[in-house]
Amino acid sequence: MSARDEILAAVRGAVATARRPVEVPPLDRPEREGDVDLFAARVADYRATVVRCPPEGVAAAIAAALPERATVVVPDGMPYAVPGAVPDAGLSSAELDATTAVVTTATVAIATTGTIVLSHGAGEGRRVLTLVPDVHVCVVRADQVVDDVPAAVRRLDPARPTTWISGPSATSDIELSRVEGVHGPRTLHVVLVGPADGTPPGAVS
Amino acid sequence: MSRTFVGMPPFPTAARAALADTQLRANLAHATTTIRAKRAAVVAELDDWEALRLRAAAIKDDVLLHLDEHLVRLEESLTARGAVVHWARTAEEASEVVAQVARAHGVDEVVKVKSMATQEVELNEHLAAQGISAWETDLAELIVQLGDDLPSHILVPAIHRNRAEIRAIFEREMARVGRPAPADLTDDPVRLAEAARLHLREKFLRAKVGVSGANFAVADSGTLVVVESEGNGRMCLTLPEVLVSVVGIEKVVPTWTELDVFLTLLPRSSTGERMNPYTSTWSGVTPGDGPQEVHVVLLDNGRTRALADEVGRQALRCIRCSACLNVCPVYERTGGHAYGSVYPGPIGAILNPLLKGVGHDEQTDSLPYASSLCGACFEACPVRIDIPSVLVDLRAQVVDAHRSGVPKPEALAMRAAAAAFGSGGRLAAAEQASGLAGRALDALSSLTRRGRRAGGRRLVGRLPGPGAAWTDARDLPVPPRESFRAWWKRTDGGTR
Amino acid sequence: MRVALMVTCLNDAMFPDAGKAVVTLLRRLGVDVEFPAAQTCCGQPMVNTGYLDEAVPVVRSFVRAFEGYDAVVTPSGSCAGSARHQHSIVARRSGDPGLATAVAEISPRVHELSEFLVDVLGVEDVGASFPHAVTYHPTCHSLRMLGVGDRPERLLRAVRGLRLLDLPRAEECCGFGGTFALKNADTSVAMGADKARHVRESGAEVLVAGDSSCLMHIGGLLTRQRAGVRVMHLAEVLASTEGATRAGAAR
Ligand code: SF4
Repeated sequence: MSARDEILAAVRGAVATARRPVEVPPLDRPEREGDVDLFAARVADYRATVVRCPPEGVAAAIAAALPERATVVVPDGMPYAVPGAVPDAGLSSAELDATTAVVTTATVAIATTGTIVLSHGAGEGRRVLTLVPDVHVCVVRADQVVDDVPAAVRRLDPARPTTWISGPSATSDIELSRVEGVHGPRTLHVVLVGPADGTPPGAVS
Repeated sequence: MSRTFVGMPPFPTAARAALADTQLRANLAHATTTIRAKRAAVVAELDDWEALRLRAAAIKDDVLLHLDEHLVRLEESLTARGAVVHWARTAEEASEVVAQVARAHGVDEVVKVKSMATQEVELNEHLAAQGISAWETDLAELIVQLGDDLPSHILVPAIHRNRAEIRAIFEREMARVGRPAPADLTDDPVRLAEAARLHLREKFLRAKVGVSGANFAVADSGTLVVVESEGNGRMCLTLPEVLVSVVGIEKVVPTWTELDVFLTLLPRSSTGERMNPYTSTWSGVTPGDGPQEVHVVLLDNGRTRALADEVGRQALRCIRCSACLNVCPVYERTGGHAYGSVYPGPIGAILNPLLKGVGHDEQTDSLPYASSLCGACFEACPVRIDIPSVLVDLRAQVVDAHRSGVPKPEALAMRAAAAAFGSGGRLAAAEQASGLAGRALDALSSLTRRGRRAGGRRLVGRLPGPGAAWTDARDLPVPPRESFRAWWKRTDGGTR
Repeated sequence: MRVALMVTCLNDAMFPDAGKAVVTLLRRLGVDVEFPAAQTCCGQPMVNTGYLDEAVPVVRSFVRAFEGYDAVVTPSGSCAGSARHQHSIVARRSGDPGLATAVAEISPRVHELSEFLVDVLGVEDVGASFPHAVTYHPTCHSLRMLGVGDRPERLLRAVRGLRLLDLPRAEECCGFGGTFALKNADTSVAMGADKARHVRESGAEVLVAGDSSCLMHIGGLLTRQRAGVRVMHLAEVLASTEGATRAGAAR
């Protein structure tokens, strides 16, 4: 018997007398809108920076977030102008290692956890783009902010690769004291586009 | 760099040595106290924590009871998404798949994401025997690997090391296997993390083959999930051309949607964060993005044995968060090495016997007894594994496995107790004897003038034989002259 | 209501004063408690060490002793937990459906002392007086297996003159753990040493708990250290009245 068949047979034997329907309770949570202020606060908790701006201020906010004289890469389909940025034309890892910063958008953001999720399509780019450069500037629209993790899961397409980012890379491996900045980008700037006064998402003009 | 847990002594012996290591005790007490407080704070933030636990446990139970169907689905989805699926019955088979992939690409090194499954199968040792170096890239794993040490925690394998020890290891060992530690390295954790970043970056950038595990495997979308903090996982999952993931067959989640509860429970339970810094999900091959050759090894290695265990089956719900280790008063004092396995702590005390079976070796048989059954683990477990009940059941299995041989003194004592406790009358007689013994001890201790009293009763200072295990460190009162039962009878329940 | 006292084997043989205190206390509250002489042990030492076959006759004798009572009250969270959660396992092992039925009948009627007082009798102020500084250790089985919650503390707070002091890291196991205390004596003592330290840090003169087993362990460490803190069973404190304070037996 192949390993496959043997394992499957062993599984069947193991549960043969135990099979029963299991009632899985649904996640019984009220639908809540993503709290943009909470998102901003929670991102800041991870010692990432958050800048809020109206749609017309995005270009300036990005420029301000980028280090001076930075070499910057942007993915295909980036909807915001990033002057001087190099478009990603299949840059090698080594080339990206020599690049200071990357600017992208995101697919969804999570208020409760201060997380941004990229699914690496247009505006977000290949996974390596947001991994190797040391600075990641991510533009998030207020209407992309959802309440909590379950709502984010439901908005994402499992066929796409996704990267969930909650602050800059960090480790607690040394005496469980948290150190920010290990292998991923050590600096994360979130540019949050939308009104700052808690107006419901979608009201952004 | 090939130390394994093979030949570890039984828990009580290993624990005795660990308990005497004051540095270890201090490191562990500090680390577990820190993480407990963090976990408690973020768990308290969610008002439906118990509902989340119940949902997670039910999802996993459902998966386990229909695991064959889910595995077949997972295989189909993975294959449809361009991944190559392998099945491994044993540790050797799993390691050999990875070795074959490495050989096929002519590489002599692979980069690894921290993964319990690959540790369990001793992949690094298997690869080393074929001249292939497996570089651990998680900071704690790097510390363990460079220090030729053994992991002592699921999540933070170097939890037993403090910053000064880590600095010494980096200074001594990094140069041997790659970029040396900076000359001016201090024991500031920021500087130590920086040293690891520089040391590993060259390995990430040149590696052709990456090796990972997975926290979850989604059956209907063929998605694997890796939850991490440092970004070394993303590096290994993204930069190499080839990726091999070794995944225990119990890691299945039926659909993508069900990740909702697991991605909520896991970070809060493990690192005590609302969310871990990085989570990566991928489904087979994504053209133009990340590894273009993707292998998935579905690993049994004792899991079907555990699945057949009626009480112990629930251990396969485990999501390796390590909350049970962090809250365990035994683990806090002995650390992980005493458990003699890559799976230490309360989950290790049940998982190892379940995966390996009991009655074969003394070390494994000692694990179900490595607990005071205080229940802190059950309370913390995000998937509600009733670890104390499984421990008690495994103890019965250990005893049953030895019933045919020559009975140990403990078994004889239990039989004698069973006989005495089988009837109130027989017990009364036994108590009378102990009352007599008490009087004798009483008289004796007053003769030696070493006798001490507390609350009006004499104390037994030292007992010989097995009783010494008690009186080595604890006093014991001399049995009273009259048992409760005798008092009740004499006084008619205190009315005379 | 016919109420039986399950004194537990340890209290019977080693700490009879805890049992006598329960009798005094319940009589004062108007409960005419009986002591079925057929009782022995709940079987927990066997079950928790893995000796299920050996536990069968013990559970049988338990069932024989306590059949027919409306309530069984015991000064032990651990033994109550054993009766409520483990006897069914032993009954299943015996293969005797009669035993299983009897266990299912009796198990839910077994109450740990604080549960019995608060839930069954509905009292928190038991009329006790105990003018001492006390700290309370919630034993693991009371806390996590039975879920007695803050019932013991509520009872203690109502005691005249009693000053209840916080015990640091109160919910952490003392390390007794039944045969764990012998099979893993080093770890058990390491845990107990920290518990004893926390007891001393509390500043209390008396450590109170609802299980004589844990008290025997912690108390044995405290007296070995010449710590000057005595241990008492919850029942002994609650049974104390003005002029009739119980001393607290050595444990
Ligand atoms: S047993 Fe539960 S608490 Fe322990 S590691 Fe597994 S999931 Fe976490």
